[in-house]
Amino acid sequence: MHELSIAQSILEIVLREAEKQKPARVVAVGLKIGALSGIYADSLEFGFDAIKKGTPLEECRLEIEEVAIRGQCHQCGHVFDVRELLFACPLCASGSIELKHGQELDIAYIEIDEETEDWHVK
Amino acid sequence: MSKTIELKKKVLSENDALAAELRATLGEKGIFSLNFVSSPGSGKTSLLERTLRELKDELNITLVAGDVQTENDANRLIAAGGEQVKPLVTGGSCHLDARMIHRLLPEINLDNTDLFIVENVGNLVCPSGYDLGEDMKVVLISVTEGDDKPLKYPSMFRRSSVMVINKIDMLELCDFSMERVRENALRINGDLKIFETSCRTGEGLEEWYAWLKEQVKQKKA
Ligand SMILES: Nc1nc2c(ncn2[C@@H]2O[C@H](COP(=O)(O)OP(=O)(O)OP(=O)(O)O)[C@@H](O)[C@H]2O)c(=O)[nH]1
Ligand SMILES: [Mg+2]
Repeated sequence: MHELSIAQSILEIVLREAEKQKPARVVAVGLKIGALSGIYADSLEFGFDAIKKGTPLEECRLEIEEVAIRGQCHQCGHVFDVRELLFACPLCASGSIELKHGQELDIAYIEIDEETEDWHVK
Repeated sequence: MSKTIELKKKVLSENDALAAELRATLGEKGIFSLNFVSSPGSGKTSLLERTLRELKDELNITLVAGDVQTENDANRLIAAGGEQVKPLVTGGSCHLDARMIHRLLPEINLDNTDLFIVENVGNLVCPSGYDLGEDMKVVLISVTEGDDKPLKYPSMFRRSSVMVINKIDMLELCDFSMERVRENALRINGDLKIFETSCRTGEGLEEWYAWLKEQVKQKKA
């Protein structure tokens, strides 16, 4: 539901970055989205495509990588993938877990195209 | 030629920075802070009304009542004796963010606050990723909502420190199993502190008050 405001934040951050990269043009944005981030990738793309129109990022696409949930046991230190939402240590069964991955909502990279010269007039 | 440039930036880094600032400000003053989240109607305002009535002579409680449209919740909290209650109408937004709280700060007397509570917009999805600078999130679930809510909204239950199972006076009217809801919630978050309450009969509230007072005391120490 709040994918649109997340898309807006991404657009703002990347626009600032695009300014620094001129005259090269940003053609893609790489995102890492954790399975537990509460963000639905399809809606985010939909939102981003809607708001990028009329901005210098009009041609920019999202490359979304989903990150699996990974936890570390507070009791025995074991690191493991959390499967089927079972947040318990497979070794010692403790339910006290620290999440190492899965809550990401990160811009990992941008891809720029250095050959575009008509960026300014756009 | 295309080239990849690493950015490694959190989408919500601006929010996180403001939240960190809020956390530091509240922390310096020894104020314990909570962010109340739940589906619409689980009883966030009701629990806060009871808490105000019961504890207002012992604690200075400052409340921010988030709502999409009205100031109804703020008015209820004022009627319940809240002396420092700020409405926060989002005008459509499905969650509160740290900037909204930050903006309210100049209107709040923090020197006269022991406990700072934000009632978030009723929504079990969107508020989960927005840190408001709180010490803990308290997630409410009422027995009419079904005991599988923690599995359906794992992100929120994972990020909360406390779960309040409310409206237990209605247990007999619902196919809601106390055992199953605990099992489901602890599966997502084994560290959850759980309360069972009724804001109608008052059942279970003594434990909630005692816990709250203890947290405030510890934060001040
Ligand atoms: N039977 C019963 N009803 C309750 C209890 N707690 C709250 N209610 C009722 O549930 C309804 C919603 O309660 P609120 O306190 O407004 O819920 P809320 O979570 O603040 O709702 P939003 O702010 O709109 O998300 C009201 O009619 C309350 O009287 C309870 O413990 N038992
Ligand atoms: Mg309310």
